[in-house]
Amino acid sequence: MSIDTALLELRRLDDLAAQDTALHRLDARAKVLVTLAYLICVLSLHPYAVSRLVPFAAYPLLLALLGEIPLGVVARRAALALPFVLFVGVFNPLFDRTVQLHLGPLAVTGGMLSFSSIVLRSLLAVSTGIVLVAVTGFDQICRALGRLGMPTVFLVQLQFLYRYIFVLAAEATRMLHARELRCAPGTRPTLREYRSLLGCLLLRTLDRAGRIHQAMLCRGFQGQMPEQRPKGRFGAAEWRFCLAWGLFFLAVRIYDLPTLLGALAGGLLR
Amino acid sequence: MSHHIVELKDVGYVYPDGTPALTGIDLTLLHGESVGLVGANGAGKSTLLRHLCGAHAPQTGRIRIGDTPVVASTLREVRRTVGMVFQDPDDQLFMPTVADDVAFGPLNIGLPPAEAAQRVDRALEQVGALHLKKRPPYRLSGGEKRAVAIATVLACAPDVLVMDEPSANLDPRSRRLLISLLRGFTHTKLLATHDLDLVLELCERTVILYQGRIMADGPTREIFADRALLDSCGLEPPLCMQDCPVCGADRIACPH
Repeated sequence: MSIDTALLELRRLDDLAAQDTALHRLDARAKVLVTLAYLICVLSLHPYAVSRLVPFAAYPLLLALLGEIPLGVVARRAALALPFVLFVGVFNPLFDRTVQLHLGPLAVTGGMLSFSSIVLRSLLAVSTGIVLVAVTGFDQICRALGRLGMPTVFLVQLQFLYRYIFVLAAEATRMLHARELRCAPGTRPTLREYRSLLGCLLLRTLDRAGRIHQAMLCRGFQGQMPEQRPKGRFGAAEWRFCLAWGLFFLAVRIYDLPTLLGALAGGLLR
Repeated sequence: MSHHIVELKDVGYVYPDGTPALTGIDLTLLHGESVGLVGANGAGKSTLLRHLCGAHAPQTGRIRIGDTPVVASTLREVRRTVGMVFQDPDDQLFMPTVADDVAFGPLNIGLPPAEAAQRVDRALEQVGALHLKKRPPYRLSGGEKRAVAIATVLACAPDVLVMDEPSANLDPRSRRLLISLLRGFTHTKLLATHDLDLVLELCERTVILYQGRIMADGPTREIFADRALLDSCGLEPPLCMQDCPVCGADRIACPH
């Protein structure tokens, strides 16, 4: 995927975030808090506990459903993270060869389990992040983090990152294009070329940062980003959202729901 | 406030690498005046503008805005009086939405949110961009960005508008809209630009910079009619004052 397409995809999330569903209207803090709790629960599970991850898929799925977010959009973006995730976990099956369980004739090693757990967990985390942006909007997430106590410095960094990623990417695309036009077709930039392209991009970015800072100073900036919008209320709906999901996460974190259900189903069959 | 709203006396500036950028600049803008600042690339236009908003401090000479000298301790006041519109609107529009961006200045001055919101609406209406209020800046066209960038400055209610290349990167219609917009403003204006036709339409007075010095300062029409002067400063007459593109005859005598 080219930089252009990746950015267009990112903008699509903004459009989705502009929708008006009950979930979109919910105070962003509730969604951010619940998502944080979700990530802690998912990421703290034992590396071999693959089946226990399954119930956690309910959160992003239900959020996408309620927020009218097409699952295809989420899947496409989540797939972007897949190569990185695969790279992180790819050596696990080679190192950890202790057999943990047998699926019929197949002996499943600890490495295979932890590899699938890494992939599954990352996909869950990434798609939940994407769904959160699509039902809340990046800007609102930043504001929510600010109201939850994140220091302004980090907050402004995040907001600027999102604002200027498009400008920066446009500059990078232009530079790559200019390089392509002067090269034999199909040749990829060498490491050396990448080095000078990146260096150039860094210098331009620093220049731009200087100009933006100047523009901010010209309009009275004194280190604090002003807040204009009326602040949302953390009302009954937000509490309900937090409580319901909180209880669900606790339940699936403490109890091995799939095994329990399996045992129950087994008992019924017998 | 004195009627000399902007006054530069013997201003000089040398870049840290030793390149002289401005030498002996004497310039006075009167209240409500609209002045074009023209000059070839590297003549020192942008450096001069940066001095007016306090981004650079003059190494020699002094600058006054109204009754206030431009020094470190008066920068806040100076920046409230001088509204600077940057060349690249992307540098000026850094907030998540247009409304946030236009409100940035008024809120920093300390206006209550309700009043800031009124200013936002008024400024956006003035530049005909009220409908863009909720849009993120990166979703705007070049012309829209420029209009919103001007609104961000108008919302701070400055007395002096300083613009760096206001018509750069605009398509002809957006440029035309910009010209009619600027014509409607009663602010004291200083427009640094390569667009001499724009200067001809908007500014009764023109200043030519060449290699960091003021080479001419006078009525726009007279200055643009002096071809030898323009030529010596690396400039050409505005397109509308150049010879007929069909037969090469003098514009006024030409039948085309």
